[in-house]
Order: sequence, then C-alpha cells, then structure tokens
Amino acid sequence: MPYVPIEWLRDHVDVPKGTTAAGLASDLVRVGLEEESIDRSAAVTGPLVVGRVLEQTPEEQKNGKTINWCLLDVGPEHNETEGDGAGSRGIVCGAHNFGVGDSVVVALPGAVLPGDFAIAARKTYGHVSDGMICSQSELGLGEDHSGIIVLDDAPSPGTDAIALLGLGEEVLEINVTPDRGYCFSMRGVAREYSHSTGAAFTDRALELGARVPAPTESGFAVEISDDAPIRGNAGADRFVARIVRGVDATAASPAWLSKRLRQAGMRPISLAVDVTNYVMLDLGQPLHAYDLGTLHAPIVVRRAKPGERMTTLDDVDRALDVEDLLITDSPEGNLGSRPIGIAGVMGGQDTEVGERTTDILIEAAHFDPISIARTARRHKLPSEASKRFERGVDNRLQAVAAQRVVDLLVELGGGTADDTAVTDVDATRAPSAIGFDPQHASRLVGVRYSNEDVIETLRSLGATVEELPDESAETTGRHAASTARVLVTPPSWRPDLTEPADLVEEVVRLRGYDAVPSELPSAPAGRGLTVKQQRRRRVANLLADSGLVQVLTYPFISENRHDQLGLGEDDPRRRAVRLQNPLAQDAPFMRTSLLHTLLDAAVRNVGRGITDVGIYEIGSVTRPDGALGSSPLPPPAVLPDGGTLDSIRAAVPAQPLRIAAVLVGLAQQAGPGAQARAYEAADAVAFVREMARAVGADVHVANDPGHAPWHPGRCARFTTADGALVGHAGELAPRVVSELGLPARTVALEVDLDVLFVAAPAEPRQVGSLSTFPPAKEDIALVVPADVPAGDVLDVVTAAAGALAEEVRLFDVYTGANLPEGTRSLAFALRLRGERTLTGEDTAAVRDAVVAAAGERFGATLRA
Amino acid sequence: MSDSHDNADAPAPSPLDADAVTSALEAALAAVAGAAGLEDLKQVRIAHTGERSPLAQANRGIGGLAPADKAAAGKLVGQARGRLNAAIAARQSELEAERDAAVLRTEAIDLTAPIERTRPGARHPLDALMDSVADFFTSMGWEIAEGPEVEHEWFNFDALNFKPDHPARQMQDTFYVAPDQADDDPHLVLRTHTSPVQARTLLERGVPVYIACPGKVFRTDELDATHTPVFHQVEGLAVDKGLTMAHLTGTLDHFARAMFGPEAKTRLRPSYFPFTEPSAEMDLWFPQKKGGPGWIEWGGCGMVNPNVLRACGIDPEIYSGFAFGMGIERTLMLQHGIDDMHDMVEGDVRFSLGLAGGQI
Repeated sequence: MPYVPIEWLRDHVDVPKGTTAAGLASDLVRVGLEEESIDRSAAVTGPLVVGRVLEQTPEEQKNGKTINWCLLDVGPEHNETEGDGAGSRGIVCGAHNFGVGDSVVVALPGAVLPGDFAIAARKTYGHVSDGMICSQSELGLGEDHSGIIVLDDAPSPGTDAIALLGLGEEVLEINVTPDRGYCFSMRGVAREYSHSTGAAFTDRALELGARVPAPTESGFAVEISDDAPIRGNAGADRFVARIVRGVDATAASPAWLSKRLRQAGMRPISLAVDVTNYVMLDLGQPLHAYDLGTLHAPIVVRRAKPGERMTTLDDVDRALDVEDLLITDSPEGNLGSRPIGIAGVMGGQDTEVGERTTDILIEAAHFDPISIARTARRHKLPSEASKRFERGVDNRLQAVAAQRVVDLLVELGGGTADDTAVTDVDATRAPSAIGFDPQHASRLVGVRYSNEDVIETLRSLGATVEELPDESAETTGRHAASTARVLVTPPSWRPDLTEPADLVEEVVRLRGYDAVPSELPSAPAGRGLTVKQQRRRRVANLLADSGLVQVLTYPFISENRHDQLGLGEDDPRRRAVRLQNPLAQDAPFMRTSLLHTLLDAAVRNVGRGITDVGIYEIGSVTRPDGALGSSPLPPPAVLPDGGTLDSIRAAVPAQPLRIAAVLVGLAQQAGPGAQARAYEAADAVAFVREMARAVGADVHVANDPGHAPWHPGRCARFTTADGALVGHAGELAPRVVSELGLPARTVALEVDLDVLFVAAPAEPRQVGSLSTFPPAKEDIALVVPADVPAGDVLDVVTAAAGALAEEVRLFDVYTGANLPEGTRSLAFALRLRGERTLTGEDTAAVRDAVVAAAGERFGATLRA
Repeated sequence: MSDSHDNADAPAPSPLDADAVTSALEAALAAVAGAAGLEDLKQVRIAHTGERSPLAQANRGIGGLAPADKAAAGKLVGQARGRLNAAIAARQSELEAERDAAVLRTEAIDLTAPIERTRPGARHPLDALMDSVADFFTSMGWEIAEGPEVEHEWFNFDALNFKPDHPARQMQDTFYVAPDQADDDPHLVLRTHTSPVQARTLLERGVPVYIACPGKVFRTDELDATHTPVFHQVEGLAVDKGLTMAHLTGTLDHFARAMFGPEAKTRLRPSYFPFTEPSAEMDLWFPQKKGGPGWIEWGGCGMVNPNVLRACGIDPEIYSGFAFGMGIERTLMLQHGIDDMHDMVEGDVRFSLGLAGGQI
C-alpha cells in the first residue's frame, strides 16, 4: 500500500513544520486512510553535524591504500576539550574528494545511520577514528558512495545536519480501501489531508493541465479496437501519446528522485522508467515509456488472439488469454500484429527504453478496471500500474501526467518535447450526475446537517452541485428521483460515488464520524432463543457438567482419513466436499463426521500427557447429496427471481449440526474413597441417552455390528420413533484406535442434533394428576435366549406392563448355573400404581401379560 | 453405684412420716444424680420407683390409713414420687445426649481429602462467549439467526454488493469449493464472514428485522499468533424504518459495555465495506489494554448499502438499516489477555478448563 513521505506530500498541501509520521497518520485516519506501518528504516538518529576540515594528512598504508587522517571542527559542543586534539575531532577517511576548509557531514559516535548502522569510536590505521565523514549512500541519499558530501554555503560547524539535509524521515505507509483508488497518489492523499486538517491544497494537475498542447494531426497514430468488451465496457477509453526527442537515456536520475522512489518502496532503474514511476506515484496515473525508434505505427489496443504469446519486461514468455487487453504496434504495415505490452499490467521487451534510446514515446491511457484486474490476476502480476487501474484512475489525468513526464525528461534527460506530435484518443464519458436530497444525510446519519453544510462539503470534495428548482425535483435524478433537490456530479477521480448513500458517507466522513451521537434503537419484542438454540445449549452444558471438555477443531480432512476410520467403499461419509485452494494440500476435504477431526484433538491431548480425558465438539459437517454441478450466480443489487433463488439455496450442500465425544482413559480416577474406573462403551451410550432425555426426545437403541469406526460388538445405534438415525455410541474398533495412536478401548459417540431435536416434541407434554394410592412392587425375571438384546426385552416388558407400570427397570442380568444353555435371565423391577389400591389380581394380571408378551416375542419363560 | 441400690432394702417409711418420706426421696434423688450411665439410671429407677422401693411402699400404705389422713399422706407421697420421676426423666435426657454425642465423635471422618464425583468439564470459551453474546442480543429483543458455513457465492459476495472482479472480492482470502466436473462451477465458498446471514435473513424474514448471528467463518490464513483459518464472528443487522448511524453507535456502545464493562465505549473511523455505506471501522476504548488504556480495533460496521436491500427485495427508499461484525476470538483475547491464538484452536483441554467457570 502507498507510502507517504511528508516532504513529498508538501508539494501538494501545506503540512505544518514539525509534523511527524505518527501525527500524519492520526490526521489521515480521521478521513479513512488507516496507518499500515511507519517505516523507520531510513531514519538517522543521534549526532550528525556539519564539520569543517581543519587538517588533512594523507597516510599511505601497507596495503597500498592511502587514507586521510583528518582533524575536523565539529562545533564546541562536540569538539575534544583537552589534549592534542582540543578544539577538533580526529577521523580517518578513505575518500579524497575534499580538502582543508571544506564543510562535510560528520556522524559522531552514538549516531545510527540507515540500515541500523551504528557509529562508534574505533581504532583503525593506527588512529582512533572518532566518527565518520559521510557519503550520500551512507545517509540513504543516493547510490553514490564514491565520495563524501561536500556542502556548499554550509552553516557553522556543529549545526545539526539531519534537519539540514532533510534526513531521517520516517515514512508513513497507509492502507487504502478499494473504493479510494485516487489515494494511490500524493495528489490524492494530499487532498484527503486537506479535508482532514483544512490545510491549503494545491492541485498540481490544474497547473499542468494549462500547459498541455492540443492534439495534433501528426501525433503517433493510435487505434482502440476492442471487439470483445467485458460487460459492455471497452478495454480502453483514452490513450494519450507524447513524444520527447533527443533524450540522454543513460543520464542518472537525480538524488531527490531516487530518494523519493525509494521512500515509496520502488527501486530506481533508469531515468525514463524512474520518471514514469515517479509521476505515477505523484499523480496516480500509470505511464509507460517506449523506445520510439522500435515502434511501428499505428499502436493498436486490442484483445489477445487465441494462442498469442509475448515476452514481458520481466523476461517471462507468457501465453496470453483472449480476454487480455494488449498494446500492439504494426511492423511492416501489419496492423496490430506485434504485442508490445499487456495493457495496464506490464510492458514488453521489444520496445523497452535502452541505453541507446534517444526518442521516447510516453503512453498515458485509461483502461477498464475489470479488464485489468482479471488480467493481473490471471498472470499473477499485481503491478503498481494494475493496482491503480483496477481501483479506477481519474480519466482526466492522462494528458496532465504525460505532460509532467515530458517536462521531467526535458529537464533531466536533456530532451526536447515534440509538441507537433500529440495524440489524445478520448472516448471517456463524463461522470453521471446523482440526484440527491441533502437532508438524506441527516436522515441516515442522525445528525442535523443544513442543506448549505451538505452542499459545501460535497463541493469541497471537488463535486459540482447544481441546485434544482423546486418544480423539477419530481422528475430529475437517476436515484431517489422523488426527493432530488440537487444534482451532484462527482469529480473525475471519484468513480466510486454513484448513489446518494455514497454522498452521505462523504458528508459524514468530512463532517466527522465523532459527531454522530449514540442512541439505542428499540427493537420490537423478540422471542428469545429458538427451541433448537435452547436445546443446543442444553446438550452443550449437559456434557460439560458431566465432566467432558468442549473443544473446537478445524473441519479439514485428508482423503485417507476415511480409510483410517475403516469406512466401507460405498459409505456415504466418503462423499466429501473438496476445496479448490486448501491451506494444506494433504487436507483438502471438508469433514463428513465430527469424529473425522475430533479424534485428532484426542490424540493431541493424549500426546501432551493428558491421558484421562473426555472431549466433545458441537459443529456442522458437510454432506453433499449427489454431485456438485453448476449453479447460477446472479448479479449484485438485484433481487433474483424465485427460481434462481431456489437454485442457489439448493446448491448449498446439507450441513447437519452434530455433537461428538471421545472418551479416553479413566472416567474416575482412584482416590480416597474412590476406585479407578475406565471409560467404557456404556459411558458413551449413557451420554447419548442423557442428551435425549435432556431435550425430551425418545430414542430407540439397538446393537449395530457394522458401523465404522466403532467396534462391531460394542456399538449402539440410536434411532427416533420414526426410524431416523440419531447416531452411534460405543467403543472404537481396535484397528482404528491403533492406527490413530489412541489408547486401547477408546470410546466415542456422534449424534445428529438436527435429528435428535426434531424427535423431541415441540408441543408441551400433557399430564394428568398424580395418583396417591399405594404402589405395588413386582419383580419379574425372564429367561430369554442369550442373543436377544436386553433393550428389546425392556421395550416389550414396558409395553406389556401397560398403563399401571409407573416404572420398569432392568435390575439384573444373570447367566450361569440353573439356566438352560444359551439363555440368560433378565430381571425387571416394576412399580405399579393405579387410581385405586391395587389388588393381588391386578398385579398378577400385569405379570401374566408381561410373561405372555415376552414369551410370544422372544420365547421367554418366567424364571422358576 | 452400690448406694443407689441400698434404698430398696430400706424399711418402708410410713406415708404419714414426712421426715421418712423426704429422706427416702433425697436418697433416691442422690442416686439419680449419681447415675453414671443409662444402664445405671435404669437400676436406680427400679430401686427407687419399683414395687419394693420405699416410696412405692409408702404409697401402698396410704390405702390403709384413716380417711382423715389420706389426703395429707397422698399429697406428701405423690409430690415425692413426682419429683423423683421428673429427676429421672431429666437425667435420662442428659445421659442420652451424652451417649449420642459420643457416638457422633466416633463417626467423624476427614472431609478435607479431595473428593471428585464428576470430572471437571468445561464449555469451550469461544462457544460459551457466543452464548453470552446471544443472551445480550436477545435481551434487547433481537433474535439469533444462523446460516450455512459452506455457502453460495451469491450470498457471501454478490448479495452483499461485492461486484464481480472488484478488488473487494479479493480483500477476503476465500476458500472455494472445487467442482466435481472441471467445467462446472458450483459457486460455493466457505463463508468468509457471517454477513451472508444478513441476506438470508432479509429474504426469509423480511423487515423489520433485528438479528445477531454468531458463527464460524473461514479465510485462507495460516495459523499464527494472530490469525487462524477458521474463526468466529458475530454479525448484527437491524433494518427498519428510520434507523440511523446514531442507532448503530448506540448499539455498539451498549454491546461494548456488556462485553468489557461500564468504562467501555466505541469510536468509528471511515472505512469501506461493499455491503455498507457509510462504512466504518470500530475501535473499542479498552481500559485494560496492556501498556495503558487505549483504542483497539474491534470490528467493522456501517449503514446497510441500498444495493444489499435491493438484492433482498427491500425498498431502500422506505427502509434503512445498520450492520456490524466483530471477531469472537478477538473479543475473548481482549477479555482474558490472551496473546496467541494457538491455544484457542488446538483442542487442548487445558485451555477450556483454565477459563471454565469464570465470568462467562
């Protein structure tokens, strides 16, 4: 993002003396230009003073080099006060371009020069050198380190040289939001600084514009020929070409220019390139310089042809896309046959300005932001030029910026402007006027602005504001037609201003966000959390209160995670959404179950020595149903039709809300009065039952011998009364556990909360009054085949016991002596109660019904 | 002990002999007072109130007296027996209390040993914080809305006035979903912010609407101290007639105080988001800031861009609204002085346990 050297900014706006980078930052942030950083790398600190050479003694060294032992007057504050050197300082210097009586720049011990170069007194060549006499490069003023700086008309020795040379500037880097392309220039930032502080702003473009010569017939021929505009916008709508002849292309850029480029984060390259870059940084218009001698008229701006290639300035041979906008020329009369640049992105090698160049053609064009953005992204070439074009460049700036380049090439390169060859192909459109009611700002912001304040603010932005007569207010204006009182034409550098809300932002921004009062709106009465939201919170708290710890994991998985978990080839959980640009190439898929990623968190905790732990996660998983085909993408700002909206919604894959838990190691640690107890499958099952109970859902449980990653003999499957799958709980399969590096007998559960919550009644349960008649207790032990699940028997017993059974509890499972081979005994305790005192006949009837039902269903018999 | 049994063998006093009755009573009272235990007291009671005790015999003797003497004798003996029974009952209570206290002393156990019936558990601090955020908004009458994490590009960008090819679309480093067939484009992304819920809610509920949406969002940032590719935001949206930026400021101030205490306040700075106009960055005045109180960036906000309302079929000439979003992670980090995001996202139980049971 752009750098804003204060000295440079002063070319455009009166920045008060003594303003620091931090001060500038706080002025700019008020108008929306945020500080990105303050670059202090060029800063010079400590004693850097003017010194006068008193004595200079050349001393030849053994290595053949001659050094100068110098005594300098560095001012009374810094001179030695005693000994031989009293009234001066001794410094060894290797340069010879100065002599006694010259004024030079001396860095004294304690000074720090750019690049964190700390100066200290040191022994060298048989002397103690008590500082350093500085060259340009040592002070960050230029590349020249051949000789030290000799000051003309220098002030007295000891004068601070940091201020004298304008050194040590901290440079503010700002962050420019995408709507403010014009702030990628000193001119734009200066204007904002003026808005923020009221400092006087001078628009350099106005002075320059007055000097732009009129286009001529004999200008270099340019044709814009876009046969494939993107969204109806031609790739280029303005192309200015200027010619400067007799330029010394080898002339070095002056120090001030190099310094400014470097402060702005760019590298000086050659005069022609440096000048175009400098003007771009200064005014915001990207420019390109061609070697006129290599160009063949006419220049044609067109889209690339299929299969076309070109070599760009960075020496890369690029395959072009038919959407890329090119600058081409016409060798041997073949119109537009040779690409000489990717428009707005990067120039080509063939026409580059070189050492032998004498005549230069300067291009200053205005390109379609979208075209440039797409090309820069396609070729991964986010250049300084493309950054500006894609945010929108002022379309009145081209001739002005070209004039500035011409002036600098004349001044610095000894060239002559060819004012007989001025090209300006201009198909730009004037900005549209916005119909606006100044009071719209008051209504949207909640501050009373007068019409006069609003209009004055908009004018200060550079907009023209035309007040409409009352009778025309009804019919004029593109937006807000019914209320337009004025017509606002935004300035050419503000293409982002297109509707009343944009103007409101400008008003509140320039009048101050801090003027907006704080007022609490009163919303209509709400309904609080939804039932689903309450239930989610209920289960989240339940598990935490039961001793489990909630964690969050990233939802990204590798493809082989399905294999690690032992999912079958056609397991629907293998159908995962894949990311085009995953962070980690080995984890490009979205999880289809929470355990896919939660198990890793368990591994991490165990690896960190937390070996007895229960963790859980609540989150969504992505379960696409079928292939992900194409879906529509309608444009912004328009309500799509119902069918399109339905297609959009339908394209989003199902993302059910899940809860999963992994239980490792001990559920209960040994301690005073407590036996150690390991987590076991039953704990996971119990947690699912408790969650179901907590939300009021009825779930049915069955053994599930075939659901990875669980142990086939230790997995429970939960379903709703309608048979919908709620989830699974139990012990993980030994192979999965060892593959992942988890302790043996690790236990896990995963439940679909969307299904569980739906299984709970939405309506309040209805109940009768409680019976206070005495209960009758009845124990029934049934002998059933050993492979009959206890849960099924319990269900049958509960159903058969009927309305009198207040509670039915399985209290004992017995296998062994006195029972037939292959059977076991399940003992149930029933608490019966009725609307009268129950008799022996009543309880016997219940017992008979239970035994009969269990007998019929499972072949059960009453245990003798 | 032997004293207490002596009276049993004493000669029966005459019921008219006040001295004898009194002497028998005093002997009995002395025996009661001297009973050292409940068993001892039982023997005393037998000896002094039993059939053969002097007072019982004296009582029986009343029957043989002349009618004129019966009243005086009855009163004398009855009072003596009454006093004795009361003394026995009182001593009985005393001795029982002593016995009970001794039993409790023997049953004492040390309850200072650590006892853990349920392992310590905890909500994840981010999820718990989202609950308190939801509670804050529902307390103002707002409702909590939700939306999918794998989201359609139209909801994530276009409906929010992110124009195609506009640099703003690149501001947020987006995860894109790959198509099954190379030529297809499902236009799916991992939502880069909770803002698509704005569009979904406006389309589903219409206006007026006041909702908050806490949820998970994604950006293609590598995990480091201050970035994580998966994080959480809370989105707020209010659309109604007559809503202004002042209402936005008021809501943010109120929210800031709920999260950071009564000293907290907010400040707006001009900024840019495609879905708001005017737009602002929101700074929080944070008294607990390391190195002294100061402003800290907390989130983004603004007045809902008319194009967002248009995309949702709402007339911006009639309705206006405001929206804001802030990071849940950032909020938690500020609340608890957390410097590094790693602990929040790695699933180490010590992070959740360490912050459990506090203010949230």
